[in-house]
Amino acid sequence: MEKIFGRPEALQDRVLSYCPGCTHGIIHRLVAEVIDELKVREKTIAVAPVGCAVTAYNFFNCDCQQAAHGRAPAVATAIKRVLPDRVVFTYQGDGDLASIGTAEIIHAANRGEQFTVIFVNNAIYGMTGGQMAPTTLPGQKTTTSPYGRDVKTAGYPIKMTEMLNTLEAPLFLARVSVHDPKNVNKAKEAIKKAFEAQIQGKGFAMVEVLSTCSTNWGMTPVEALKWLENNMIPQFPLGIVRDQEGGAR
Amino acid sequence: MAQIKFDEERCKGCEVCTSVCPKKLLKMADRFNSKGYKPAEITDQTQCIGCAFCAKMCPDNVIEVYK
Amino acid sequence: MADRVMMKGNEAIAEGAIRAGCHYFFGYPITPQNEVPEYMAKRLPEIGGTFIQAESEVSAINMVYGAAGAGARAMTSSSSPGVSLKMEGISYIAGAELPCVIVNVSRGGPGLGGLAPSQSDYFQATKGGGHGDYRLIVLAPASVQEIIDLMYEGFVTADKYRNPVMILADGILGQMMEPVTLSEVKDLQIPPKPWATTGMINGKPQSIINSLGLAYEDLEKINIRLQKKYQEIAAHEIRFQEEETADAELIIVAYGTSARVAKTAMIKAKAQGKKVGLFRPISLWPFPSQRIQELAQAGKRFLVVEMSAGQMVEDVKLAVNGKTTVDFYGKLNGTIPSVIDVNNAIIKCFASQGVA
Repeated sequence: MEKIFGRPEALQDRVLSYCPGCTHGIIHRLVAEVIDELKVREKTIAVAPVGCAVTAYNFFNCDCQQAAHGRAPAVATAIKRVLPDRVVFTYQGDGDLASIGTAEIIHAANRGEQFTVIFVNNAIYGMTGGQMAPTTLPGQKTTTSPYGRDVKTAGYPIKMTEMLNTLEAPLFLARVSVHDPKNVNKAKEAIKKAFEAQIQGKGFAMVEVLSTCSTNWGMTPVEALKWLENNMIPQFPLGIVRDQEGGAR
Repeated sequence: MAQIKFDEERCKGCEVCTSVCPKKLLKMADRFNSKGYKPAEITDQTQCIGCAFCAKMCPDNVIEVYK
Repeated sequence: MADRVMMKGNEAIAEGAIRAGCHYFFGYPITPQNEVPEYMAKRLPEIGGTFIQAESEVSAINMVYGAAGAGARAMTSSSSPGVSLKMEGISYIAGAELPCVIVNVSRGGPGLGGLAPSQSDYFQATKGGGHGDYRLIVLAPASVQEIIDLMYEGFVTADKYRNPVMILADGILGQMMEPVTLSEVKDLQIPPKPWATTGMINGKPQSIINSLGLAYEDLEKINIRLQKKYQEIAAHEIRFQEEETADAELIIVAYGTSARVAKTAMIKAKAQGKKVGLFRPISLWPFPSQRIQELAQAGKRFLVVEMSAGQMVEDVKLAVNGKTTVDFYGKLNGTIPSVIDVNNAIIKCFASQGVA
């Protein structure tokens, strides 16, 4: 018998630090599988965020820099400028990318920096214990929106992928989900395209991945997958919103 | 004919794999692993079709699939 | 062949950096240092380097983090309010032990302050500014030539200790023109950087650039190691200049632009028959405390002159430790003290201290 599925080489042989059922683990594996398939592990440099994935450097089997909260796109910009033939990606959550690091992601995308962004959106702050995120859904209860997110005072969830789609420079922008096997496959295809865009020197690519946080959503991991499907996808529609095969506009 | 193997010590007992098996072959064991989680296990290896849904949805790289 | 040219201080910051092998500059416009990014924007593309006008000072310092972590000599420059914005990144750079140079062509504060030169960022530069127990190596030039020289020394020292270096200038030094000697590019003394994130190529083990120590015992170990390094720096990287201190009864302590004014005031006072010397710290951290202590033990008295309400004077007092008198003359309002102001302060010292 032949092994047809197992841990990719670009993932360290370590137990992940995430809660039981947290889909960060799936997304880590997809990124690692893509790195392996493109045979770029040895020349890949990851940039870890602040948030649940802060210790991603312990899990990705490649060189890593850990960036200050929200600053990963600035850090990645410079790494790629210094080492243009390497593969650079950031791995950021919604607080990191869509709140404190809004300026950094928009301007890196606007400059068409040639790195890949994996944006994990689970509509909540996980690491700090379940506070309201910029992507928290209207009415969603969190520890800092205990009566539900009131759009009159806290605004609406930010759609980062659509926001970046207003810029000229980005090459590839997609939103995917990992709530079932079919979507996991699609998510991997999008992540692969986002890495290929960089390797071919075409431009900036971001994949927003809808993810769960069963711990802070207050449900079981299986319930959380259903909740994502029923509540997040209507708010954050899936699909490739920008794919300029021939290179950036 | 397919086979799946569990690295029980990595399992955090999230039960996601049990919810995606098209043949409903997976369940949580009655024993605990050293971290105190009840690990997932397969009830009937001979029925496994090797679709790898369980492995793809496992966040903790517990499952290897052989065919 | 060494070139003798007229150069503005801000241009000297940029040219000095390029000559020190720095090909990566990340900045954001702010007066009075705009000639630095402007010079870099023109020169760096010519030599295959990278200039990025970042979206903010916050982003610029984090680009320095990324570039330095990838093994390059990299820098940013700004002025006081902009340097405040960089403080988060500076703390991370110090924590991750990344070598780089940060230039502060300082101006008056607090808040938006003004555009005129000031020395009121001494505390921020030497005592922290960002969070945590970290140290910057802080070098204070007093001429355009010294800017060129210290940019080189700054990059070499940063690499030597894997520690950020701050060049603390002010608006006068940035804006004034002086003749400088641009000598042949020296040995760049760039050490190997196996810790840099250049990829795990040819079996290189994984490099991690990081300042996180989640377990308290890990963080304690990190801090103990950092403090050991700072002691090493303090033992080897003290820089200062003394003039006429041997027979002086009163020694003026001043750095940067203030030291230039103090020197002229010293000459004037000597002509008036006063025994005055000048002590100019060049490294503000590590501070030349030991030498000041020796001078205090020899019975010298001190007059500290700063373009601030009195910041370095605290370090002088700590060094003197009550053994003799320390007076202070400070100029606020973002203006520089005049020679007459400092000379009057000297005369006052001699009267009040009973110095003959």
